[in-house]
Amino acid sequence: MAGAVTASAGRRRPAAIPPSAGRLLRTAALALGAAVAVPLAVLFSVWAAPQTEVWEHLAATVLPGLVRNTLVLLAGVGAGTLLLGGGLAWLTARCDFPGRRWLDVGLMLPLALPAYVLAFVVQGTLDAAGPLQSALRAHFGPAAPGFEVRGTGWVVAILTLAFYPYVYLLARQAFLALGRGTLEAARLLGLGPWGTFFRVALPAARPAIVAGLSLALMETLADFGAVSVLGYDTFTTAIYKAWFGLFNLPAAAQLASLLLLFVALALFGERRLRGRARFHETARGAPPPRLRLTGARGWAAAAAAFAVVAAGFVVPTAQLVHWAWATASAELDARYLSLLWRTLLLGGSAALVTVAGALVVSLARRQFADAPTRAAVGLAALGYALPGSVLAVGVMMCFAAVDNGLNALWQMAGGQRLGPVLGGSIAALLLAYLVRFLAVAAGPTGSALERLRPSTVEAARSLGARGADLLRRVYFPLLRPGLLTAALLVLIEVMKEMPATLLLRPFGWDTLAVRVFEFTSEGDWRRAALPAVTLVLAGLPPVAWLARRTTAHADGD
Amino acid sequence: MPDTLLKLDDIACRYDALLAVDGVSLALRRGEIGCLLGPSGCGKTTVLRVVAGFEPLARGAVRLEGREIATPAGGLPPDQRGVGMVFQDYALFPHLRAVENVAFGLREGSRRDRRRTAAALLDLVGLGGMAERYPHELSGGQQQRVALARALAPRPRLVLFDEPFSNLDVDLRERLGLDVRRLLKAQGIAAVFVTHDQHEAFLLGDRIGVMREGRLLQWDSAFALYHQPADRFVADFVGQGRLVPGLLRAPDTVETPLGLIRGNVAYHWAPGSRVDLLLRPDDVVPDPAGPVEGEVVARAFKGAETLYTLRLADGTEVLCEVPSRLDHPVGASLRVRADVDHLIAFPH
Repeated sequence: MAGAVTASAGRRRPAAIPPSAGRLLRTAALALGAAVAVPLAVLFSVWAAPQTEVWEHLAATVLPGLVRNTLVLLAGVGAGTLLLGGGLAWLTARCDFPGRRWLDVGLMLPLALPAYVLAFVVQGTLDAAGPLQSALRAHFGPAAPGFEVRGTGWVVAILTLAFYPYVYLLARQAFLALGRGTLEAARLLGLGPWGTFFRVALPAARPAIVAGLSLALMETLADFGAVSVLGYDTFTTAIYKAWFGLFNLPAAAQLASLLLLFVALALFGERRLRGRARFHETARGAPPPRLRLTGARGWAAAAAAFAVVAAGFVVPTAQLVHWAWATASAELDARYLSLLWRTLLLGGSAALVTVAGALVVSLARRQFADAPTRAAVGLAALGYALPGSVLAVGVMMCFAAVDNGLNALWQMAGGQRLGPVLGGSIAALLLAYLVRFLAVAAGPTGSALERLRPSTVEAARSLGARGADLLRRVYFPLLRPGLLTAALLVLIEVMKEMPATLLLRPFGWDTLAVRVFEFTSEGDWRRAALPAVTLVLAGLPPVAWLARRTTAHADGD
Repeated sequence: MPDTLLKLDDIACRYDALLAVDGVSLALRRGEIGCLLGPSGCGKTTVLRVVAGFEPLARGAVRLEGREIATPAGGLPPDQRGVGMVFQDYALFPHLRAVENVAFGLREGSRRDRRRTAAALLDLVGLGGMAERYPHELSGGQQQRVALARALAPRPRLVLFDEPFSNLDVDLRERLGLDVRRLLKAQGIAAVFVTHDQHEAFLLGDRIGVMREGRLLQWDSAFALYHQPADRFVADFVGQGRLVPGLLRAPDTVETPLGLIRGNVAYHWAPGSRVDLLLRPDDVVPDPAGPVEGEVVARAFKGAETLYTLRLADGTEVLCEVPSRLDHPVGASLRVRADVDHLIAFPH
């Protein structure tokens, strides 16, 4: 009959699925929670039997540098994205100046450019051997002042340019959501324009700004491609060297668990700074009027915003297209096409698995309120915070343990040693993608499910629909747009993902991002351009989607 | 009764430890409109969902046309009950046009036939021109009409309405309510409405049930609920009034702060027992020669009448409705007498 009815805190929960399916759903949700928890647990288990020799060597030589570099990066990129993202958000959301509408969208574009692409284009363009310095030398002779694109300043600048959009997007939403009433009430209570900004607008936007900042810092901690192009040692590069250079997985795990401490610190910091404040849409009715910047002030604002768009997207993309065009005749071959096909295949499979996982998590969150399910759902949502390299090490260690067990069993049964079964298989990579991008897919999937209100399903049933008919006529058409969006987002994230793919890919499963890494590590910027341009093109649709969605309500003045 | 359509026999529903519905029995005749009235959380919506087939029973049975459709052991799935439902949030399918929403439950005939039937139903609810619109392109009242047409389309014997007008403006509520009632009566379709608004219940229902904490306190006509409430809660919940303390002097006479009140109902409790007497605003009338005087402590202007709250010498408060052309400010005193023909008393 009606099916499972569970109630929590006096609230009726929808009886959307039959009890047997409910049990399956709950088990699947718990498994997804475990998929996040187990690799983490395995990672930390290396401390139970630390390889002291290696560890002491690491601790004595590289560790102090890694910690210092990481802290410097966090501070630098944090301050940079906060100023750039927050300031630009205030300009475009609350002020008006020439070209504002265009620049508003343009400021989101750097999201389509992976940090490692920006890094290699900047280096390839500005470094000693690049076109700029070559031209200078040609003009002024060999005595012309030269510089290298390396070192802390450059890394901070490039990562800031790559990651400020997170702060920009969230802060902009928060500033836009300020109701006219709120700001007018502040003025009536005696605050001037600056007082209104610092005592009302900024505190109201704080949760959003902090959330954006924490996303930017997570990306900074997770970044592998950009820092390795720029020759800057961080935990991610050290993990790569320990694994691929020294073939020492436990040492990589020790480094990974340290990196995880920084991530935990950032997450904890976000919770603390956000306090009890939550996002809430206060905007009802007309938005407050914009501050009109005229004359020189208006042009200065436009110039500042345009400079950021130019440096973060237009110029690097133009350079990329130029290089790609110059090398296309040699590079655009069957090899490239098979690379593209492999990348899409991998991304498509990951999208399928991840969207299924997101569906399970979202359904379970709606359906069950018991502590284990809630914990599993919470854990699954945390996967986005795990840097790809950390995840790769954790997954690899799990699979290696399982492989050892399988081999032992097989040999006990009289068989030959099998070698790795799961480790080095496509399953390891897909699991890593699933954990890392579950939260990406959960957004659109969850909002698709929101459209499927319990009463909608009940209405269909009271009108005689059931079983496959119900799925075909109600569930599928309502969920389809959300699930497609989720799949597309995951596909694009997987295409751009570098460290986990690099560490876990089975032989022959190179992706565009891996190819970019290979070319850039040899300093071959021009040949890296074609795969990089492909990635930028793939990254544009989600940015366009985001821009359309977030600017639709922004122009109420 | 041969023409009984719906019968609930001592049904109970459980959410974990909580009995949301506890021992509700009622019967509805063919074509009759019933209303379940009560404060939020009283279990009225749960009763409706039991009838629809969305909640399992812990006890009792539900019969539709004499056939058992739900017992604690299980029951007929909702898609086979032939019971329509209009949801509080209308629950229109957002991906379907109005006419497609209405046609959703139609099975027989060609696609074109079903569409034509659906269009005719939309005409019937006054939405002829809106057939091709999507739900989000319709106003709340229009969505409500689409939901009604959709529930009526498969020609159910019974339609359930879960707070159908609660999201609408007050004046639209009344108009739509009367429209819906006329439509149901014209088609001879029985209905159960759930509402927390007694005016709505009086407007719509042939029979009204007052529920509290999972129990059905009274299942009766509007007249009986108002004039013969089964208990204090019903007396308090339905209509306005105050309970005043009194002593039973004779089976039909109570001594109160307003003097001896005699009515046409006899209570066979021991003479001298303490009772609470319900006085409605129209039971207390202003009279310069009245036996008691009250001080006006509050007043509410209602157009034709003004409702006064009076405090008597012993502190008892009563309500008194006076034509509004007679104006008494707060603090003034007003002489009144009791004018009751129907005694409503509860043991103290």
